Amino acid sequence: MGLFEGKKGIVLGIANDHSIAWAITQQLFAEGAEIGFTHLPDKDPARPKNENKVRKLVDPHGAKFVIPCDVTSDEQLDTVFEKTEQEFGKIDFVLHSIAFAPPADLTGPVYRCSRDGFKLAMEISVYSLIAMAGRAQGLLNEGGSMLTLSYLGGERVIPGYNLMGLCKSALESAVGYLASEFGPEGKRVNAVSAGPVKTVSASGVGDIKKMFQLYETFSPMRRNITAEEVGKSSMFLLSDYASGITGEVLHVDAGYHCVAAPPLDAFDEK
Amino acid sequence: MEDKIISIVSEQLSVSKDEISRESNFIDDLQADSLDLVELGMKFEEEFGVSIPDEDYETMKTVGDAIDYIKQRENA
Repeated sequence: MGLFEGKKGIVLGIANDHSIAWAITQQLFAEGAEIGFTHLPDKDPARPKNENKVRKLVDPHGAKFVIPCDVTSDEQLDTVFEKTEQEFGKIDFVLHSIAFAPPADLTGPVYRCSRDGFKLAMEISVYSLIAMAGRAQGLLNEGGSMLTLSYLGGERVIPGYNLMGLCKSALESAVGYLASEFGPEGKRVNAVSAGPVKTVSASGVGDIKKMFQLYETFSPMRRNITAEEVGKSSMFLLSDYASGITGEVLHVDAGYHCVAAPPLDAFDEK
Repeated sequence: MEDKIISIVSEQLSVSKDEISRESNFIDDLQADSLDLVELGMKFEEEFGVSIPDEDYETMKTVGDAIDYIKQRENA
């Protein structure tokens, strides 16, 4: 019997088959979870490309619903959680795998970031978790949990990660405060801090190939992690196996976060 | 290969194949946004085993540009 047999929840943040949220979803489905999904709203109803991309992945697994959600809209978030309650009643998990920053504000130096770009990045990347937590709190069963995705650039400086680093820093802080507030009810809030994975979002922050090289050379395991590994560890944090874990930022990064200097042979002539 | 590229574009952008030609501009004609362009690039990389540097995305304005670019990369 799967770890998620009889468990229900929602996943926000699948864009396509490279999305980390999809890697996590595959593990949840494999363990028997019942899941509802959201997709980015489509501008042209005649060409529902965002909806199609999500449906193509999740419909074959028996997704309970697939509805649009722009997390900057309170109304749309309300609709998602109303639909969730209608479909499931109480739920056991909520996955938040969402971030955004305007490319111009993300690629420039932090000191050139615009006021509006900063607000939008923080709103989509951080406030969306808070907004979802407020709506999920009453729906989550005791023992239920929320999970979000972070990156080491929120804890320390990773050149190129720039504005998103500030967002992840705030996001991880929110994970702690939400964990503290949810804790007395037996509900948990955690984050997975993943090493570089080739997603559409990753293409926005610096040169992904250089990041892969960096992790291959400097991380204790001398390799990159796979989306599947992120999926499995994330599924674990959402499962009852992690029932004693909250307010945690779990690094799935081949150990990169723990080193402060490169391996002794890193700069030897090859 | 042209067919394959047009199939990928059709699927990614939810546009029927008949509406796609070499002259179709991704942004103006097929209404692609920046995310779509990155996704398309990733699909091309997977499908044709080529590596497309970020700066080259900007050179592919039309479906024909993409076809020519990938042909040239495959032969390189």
